[in-house]
Amino acid sequence: MEEKTLIVEDLCAGFPTLRGEVCVLDHVSLEVAKGKITGLVGESGCGKSMTARAVMNLIRFPGRVTSGRILLEGQDLGSMGKKERRMLQGQEISMIFQDPMTSLNPVMKVGKQVDETVLLHEHVTRDEAKKRTLEMFEAAGVPDPERRYHCYPHQLSGGLRQRVMIAMAMICRPKLLIADEPTTALDVTVEAQILDLMKEMSRKGTGILLISHNLGVIAQVCDDAYVMYAGKIAEQADICTLFDHPAHPYTKGLLSAVSSLRNGCETLKTIPGNVPDLSRLPAGCCFSPRCDCCRQECKEKAPEMREIGPGHSVRCFAAEGVTAE
Amino acid sequence: MLRKKEKQIVAAFEHRAGDEIGEQETFGVLMRRMLRENKLAAVSLLVIILMFLCMALAPMLTSYGETDMDLLNRLQPPSGAHLLGTDEGGRDVLTRLLYGSRVSLMVGIVPTLLSMVLGALLGVVAGYRGGLTDTVIMRLADVVLAFPSMLLAMVIMYTLGGGLFNVFLTLTLMNWGSVARIARSETLRLKESEYVEAARSIGVSGWNIIRRHILPNCLPTLIVLFTLNVPAAILTESSLSFLGLGIQPPSASWGLMVNTGRQYLYNAPWLSFAPSAAIMVAVLSFNFLGDGLRDVLDPRQRKQ
Repeated sequence: MEEKTLIVEDLCAGFPTLRGEVCVLDHVSLEVAKGKITGLVGESGCGKSMTARAVMNLIRFPGRVTSGRILLEGQDLGSMGKKERRMLQGQEISMIFQDPMTSLNPVMKVGKQVDETVLLHEHVTRDEAKKRTLEMFEAAGVPDPERRYHCYPHQLSGGLRQRVMIAMAMICRPKLLIADEPTTALDVTVEAQILDLMKEMSRKGTGILLISHNLGVIAQVCDDAYVMYAGKIAEQADICTLFDHPAHPYTKGLLSAVSSLRNGCETLKTIPGNVPDLSRLPAGCCFSPRCDCCRQECKEKAPEMREIGPGHSVRCFAAEGVTAE
Repeated sequence: MLRKKEKQIVAAFEHRAGDEIGEQETFGVLMRRMLRENKLAAVSLLVIILMFLCMALAPMLTSYGETDMDLLNRLQPPSGAHLLGTDEGGRDVLTRLLYGSRVSLMVGIVPTLLSMVLGALLGVVAGYRGGLTDTVIMRLADVVLAFPSMLLAMVIMYTLGGGLFNVFLTLTLMNWGSVARIARSETLRLKESEYVEAARSIGVSGWNIIRRHILPNCLPTLIVLFTLNVPAAILTESSLSFLGLGIQPPSASWGLMVNTGRQYLYNAPWLSFAPSAAIMVAVLSFNFLGDGLRDVLDPRQRKQ
C-alpha cells in the first residue's frame, strides 16, 4: 500500500442561490500518493479549481464546503482551527496559481515575497531567509538569483515569474503541492521546463495534484489521473489505462478531441452540447444528454463509481473493463 | 571594421540585459531619478524646501515683528523698507507672510497626514474584513461626508473654540471620510487579486496581508490624494479664519491675510496679492511633487 499524502473523501461544496443550493462539488473523492503526480482533468467549470480551493481553504464567500473530509497525511483539515490551518498552509500544503502575471505582488521585490513564506513558518532571521530564497531560486532554475532577488515582478518574464511562484510554493518543502493550471499562461518551451521541474520535485517526495485541461500535459507528467465532469469524478485510473483504455464516454470524447497530426486533417472532433448548468442537472447521469451511448437507465438513475479493473473506476453503466491480456 | 560593429552590438545587448533587470531600486535611487527626469517635480521640491526654510528662519529673515503695529505707515505700497508694503495696521506684509506660512503649511500638512492615516487604516480594514466592520465604518464615513463640510467644520470649531490644535482636529475629522472611501474601494479591488490569494494560500495572516500587500499597493493613489488634500486644507483653514473661527488675529495665516486684504482691494491690492501668490505657489508645488512621486513610486508605471 503506497503512502497517501492527500485524501479527499466525499467532498461537497456549494453556493447558496435564490434557486437553492447549487452543488459545485458533488461527493468528490480523490487521493494523491506520496511522490507521485496526480492529474485532475476536465472542462472549464467542472470543479477542478474548486477542489483545489477547497483543499487550500480559499473558497470565496458565499461558497462553502458542505460536507466531506480532507485528510493531509491522516490529519483532518476541516476539524482544525483557523490559525492552525493557516500555519499548515505554505508549510505543508502550497499552491501554484494559474497566472504568474497576476499572482505576485507588483510593488514588492520578488525575493522579499519568497522570504515571507519562510519567515512566516520557520524561526529564521532575515539573512537566513534570504539565503534559503536564493538557494530555492537556484533549484527552481532562476538564473542569476542574487540579481533577480531584487527585481520587481514586472521586470521578469512569465516563465521566470512562474519559477518564482514555484520557489515560493516549495521553499518550506511542503508535503503537498497543488498546481492549478501552472502552465496555461506560458509558451510551450517554458511549459516543458516547468513540468520537468515539477517532476523533479515529486521525485523528492512531494505529492503533487496537477490541475489542467491540457491532456498533453497530463499524459507527460502524471502517474494517475482523475477526470471530472459537472462536479463529479467521472473516471479514475493510472495514466496508461486512462489513455489506452478510456472507459467513460466523456473521457473518450476528450481524448478524441485532441488534435493529432497522425490522424489526418479532418474536422476537429468535439463533444456535442455544453457543460450542464449545475443548478439544473438532468435526472440520471449528468453526462447523458451529450452521451453517444446513452441508454434508458442512464436517464433515470445516476450511476455510481464502480471499479472495472485494478485501480480503474468509472461512473458509467455502459463502461466495461479491459480483460487482462 | 566588422569586429568593431560586432563589439558594438554585443555592448548594446549587454546594456539592454542590464536594463531589463534594473538597478537596485532604493528610495534614494528613485528620488534621484525623479529629480533628474521630472524637472517640474525637481523645481517643486526646491520650492517646498525653500518654503520650509523660510518658515523655520522667519525671525532671522525680517527685522519686523509679526504683530508690530506702525499706524503712521498703514497701507504703504511696496518699498525699500517694506518689500511687500504694509497692511491696515502698518504691519510689514512680508513678515506676516513668513510667519503666516507656519500656520498655513502646518495646517496644510498635519491634518491631511492625520486624516490620511486614519482614513486609510479604517478604509482598508473595512474593505478587507467586510460584513459588519465594513458597515459600521463606512456608515460613519457617510455621516461625515453627508454633512456640508463647511457647516461641520463651523460646528466643531464653534464648540471647541479657535486655535491651531482645534483646526487640526476639525480638518482631520472632516477629511478622513473621503480617504476611507477611496482606500476601501482600492482594497476591494486588491483583495480579489491573485497575489493576495497567493499570500493567503501560504498562510499569511489578515493583518500582514493588509500591511504588506494591500497598503503598499494603495500608496500611489493615496499620495495623489494627499497632494490634492493639502491645498484643500489650506483653503478650508482660510475660510474658517475668515469666518472668525480659525486662526485668531492678530496672528497671521495666508488665508486670513487674503481675507483682511479684501476690504482694501482697490487702494492696496498687494495686501491680498502677496498671500494669494504664496498659496498658489504652495498648492502647485505640492501637486507637481505629488505627480512626480506617483510616477516613480508605482513600479507598474516605471519605465526602464
